[in-house]
Amino acid sequence: MSYKTDSISEIGLQFFGKISSSNFHEIKNVLAIINETAGLLEDFSLMAEQGVPVGPERMKDLSSKIMKQVRRADGIVRSINRFSHSVDKPTDQVDIAEFLTFMIGLSERFAAMQGVTLKAQPSDIPLLITTAPFLLENLVWLCLDFAMKVAGAGKTVGLAAEKAENNGVRIRFTNLDGLTESLISTFPKEREKALPDALQAEITTDIGAKEMILRLPGDITVNSNQ
Amino acid sequence: MTEKVLLVDDEQDFLDALAERMRFKGMDVSATTSPIDALKKAETETYDAIILDLMMPEMDGLETLRMLKEKNPDLQVILLTGQATVEKGVEAMKLGAMDLMEKPADIKKLTEKIKKAQAKKMIIVEKKAEERIKKIVGGKGW
Repeated sequence: MSYKTDSISEIGLQFFGKISSSNFHEIKNVLAIINETAGLLEDFSLMAEQGVPVGPERMKDLSSKIMKQVRRADGIVRSINRFSHSVDKPTDQVDIAEFLTFMIGLSERFAAMQGVTLKAQPSDIPLLITTAPFLLENLVWLCLDFAMKVAGAGKTVGLAAEKAENNGVRIRFTNLDGLTESLISTFPKEREKALPDALQAEITTDIGAKEMILRLPGDITVNSNQ
Repeated sequence: MTEKVLLVDDEQDFLDALAERMRFKGMDVSATTSPIDALKKAETETYDAIILDLMMPEMDGLETLRMLKEKNPDLQVILLTGQATVEKGVEAMKLGAMDLMEKPADIKKLTEKIKKAQAKKMIIVEKKAEERIKKIVGGKGW
């Protein structure tokens, strides 16, 4: 059997797998906490049956821990659901300021694993562009992944969106302390360059300002047959 | 005999609940969210079993396992993970893990594995003591 894949599909599939598995892993962690906390409640019930006094405060505390994890799982499922639906339309209107918060949520576990904190600067105005949502998620993820590696453990990577020329938007990845010419030359990789090309986006860096800037046009047309 | 266990996981709520449940079962439990702290603890204390998460921010579980086994090859390590793959399982076994369990785990099964770890550790300790005695007796030339 032989088949051809274009680089965007290949990178996209890898990205989809990476994000999905990471978020499912997170759900398993949540389930494990709920499992043990519910087990503790059961242990206390058995103790109470045997006449060992169990304070109501302890029960309340355990119940609130379970509810906290249910809210956490709900947030993860919402994110992964939205992420899965981002392939529904080839192009759609996206509010970049809100989109960055969503991307931070999706990438949180990766950031935690690298000891990096991601922080989005809120925007006073909606920053709407028409783009390919899934391709944009993939490109922003690649930028985030690079930014986290460059920033290094213990650092906070800032994400700020602002209006740019021709109704476009600029996303700034800030606090990239370890940004060097040699690192810049490694990003994006050759096959990854298909993504900014498809989105008509431009990636620039400013070593002095410790920033990477992703410029996106206000409107793109995607030919899904390509 | 009380089982002495070290739990290592980056989720504090998970550690708190599991440690308390294991203490109810009569185990002597220590817990830490830090793999580096776990390495230090394993140097100064002896444990019947170490329950180790596979993915942690400070240090990868497999790397922690490798370092623990390097310091003490007799340590009985059970990996507990939300991301169990055949590949990771094989890698963990190659590095000397006693077992790998998927989260959420059944406490009865986990307790059985801890008891097995304790029994295994006792056999190793007895065997080593026997070898030492043989060496001493043989060296004397009686």
